[in-house]
Amino acid sequence: MIRLDPKRSQNIAFAILLIVTILIIVPVLLIIGVIVKEGYSAITWEFLTGMPKDGMRGGGILPAIVGTLSIVTCAICITLPIGVLAAIYLNEYAKDNLLTRIIKLSIVNLAGVPSVVYGLFGLGLFVMLLKFGVSIIAGALTLSIMELPVIITTSRQALNSVPYSFREASLSLGVSRWQTIAHVVLPNALPGIMTGAILSIARISGETAPILFTAAAFYVPRLPHSVFDQVMALPYHLYIISTQIPNMPKNITYGTALVLLVMVLTMSLTAIVTRYYFRKRKKW
Amino acid sequence: MVEKILVQGLNCWFGESHSVKSLTLEVKENEILGIIGPANSGKTTFLRTINRLNDLNERFRMKGSIKIDSEDISTLDPEVLRKRCGMVFALPLSLPMSVYDNVAYGPKRHGNNDKKGLDEIVEKALKAASLWHEVKDRLNASALKLSGGQQQRLCMARTLAVEPEIILFDEPCSGLDPISTAKVEETMLELKKKYTIVLVTNNVKQASRVSDRTAFFLMGELIEIDVTQNIFVSPKDKRTEDYVTGRFG
Repeated sequence: MIRLDPKRSQNIAFAILLIVTILIIVPVLLIIGVIVKEGYSAITWEFLTGMPKDGMRGGGILPAIVGTLSIVTCAICITLPIGVLAAIYLNEYAKDNLLTRIIKLSIVNLAGVPSVVYGLFGLGLFVMLLKFGVSIIAGALTLSIMELPVIITTSRQALNSVPYSFREASLSLGVSRWQTIAHVVLPNALPGIMTGAILSIARISGETAPILFTAAAFYVPRLPHSVFDQVMALPYHLYIISTQIPNMPKNITYGTALVLLVMVLTMSLTAIVTRYYFRKRKKW
Repeated sequence: MVEKILVQGLNCWFGESHSVKSLTLEVKENEILGIIGPANSGKTTFLRTINRLNDLNERFRMKGSIKIDSEDISTLDPEVLRKRCGMVFALPLSLPMSVYDNVAYGPKRHGNNDKKGLDEIVEKALKAASLWHEVKDRLNASALKLSGGQQQRLCMARTLAVEPEIILFDEPCSGLDPISTAKVEETMLELKKKYTIVLVTNNVKQASRVSDRTAFFLMGELIEIDVTQNIFVSPKDKRTEDYVTGRFG
């Protein structure tokens, strides 16, 4: 049995904690490193703005970029208002009764559903039953349901972080509860809500399973005209070119992955900058 | 003097805890009623029952009646009631906006959007709260940049701006230094000419300095209420005497 003095055991403990923490950075660097190394040679102006050619072995990926952006934009436009309004209701108005508990339980369960199940659900409801067909809107609706619990949870946290005393100060002036929410609570919760929303956008940009049956097409060599069009989407396109097409030039696969990665990282970075900016401005 | 607030047989509960017990008292127009008592004596609960701020707590229940100008408060719209009964809290609760916007907040929400009218209301309220001269050059600065005492007077100005009839003070000086406290007290004495004031305080000396009558609460019960001088010089109840002379509490 080795006896350690307190000082040395502390040093060892800190060293272990540091090493474990550094392990988190390693995969991030590796992923970025490999993708950049293999994919940067594919990145040209034409790659970003052109249509696919030669059975997708050449040309560009513009339809997939536009497709992903349209699906994600539609999804966030649907999910953000619903999620924020639901969060306001749950946080500011809901009494602790059976209905509220059922709603909260549903949110937790919604968050636990695997994404491919959302895909099948979207196929059944939006594509077939509501006859939207495989389309931007069907994919966006599917993604928005999937993202709803995350938006609700982050928005509730943001609302909760506004001190209760602000509400009391406002109410004590005879201001109504709704006015208090609109003029005191929401403005102060907005940074948190925005951060959650941007991170959600980043997350759903990379989702494949929910759009697999609902929005994504194998090959559409033109840009979408309406929300009822099928589109190519980056994550699905990546899956296709890496598994379904023989003799695929490696740098195009990795180039596509790089574009997706940069999109997602840019959004995460925006979220971090937003949060940092508002934290600095936060005055209480 | 006419009675402004009449409380009859008031009992309040939070869940199982009985925090105000069979309280009957009246507050006269244009007086300062000081309420003293140790922690958990129901002072703040009573105050927050008057403007129905306790209604927001799901565990709160009450029995008995509170009447303002002979109108039962349970029949009034909470918003109307709270506009008539302003409240100043223990900690200066400035909202995270400018000095001007803090004061104009209430009138704006009540539908006053006339810039010139608001300017007048803000100036008048800040003057009434004895803050105007200190802040008139920085109305657009963040309210949170003011000192604690200034913020507390700003909160008073914000309350005055909605033109209440009654002002409820909930330990308004608990976080303030003696000089700021003196300013707040001076302001209160000035305000009682126009308003009826209920002052809950942990500071026994403060009650003796500013209140016309003083009530002593203990464990949710009203032990004694009388003209301030009597409470401090010749209290009828032994417990009151012990408390005001600092022997317990």
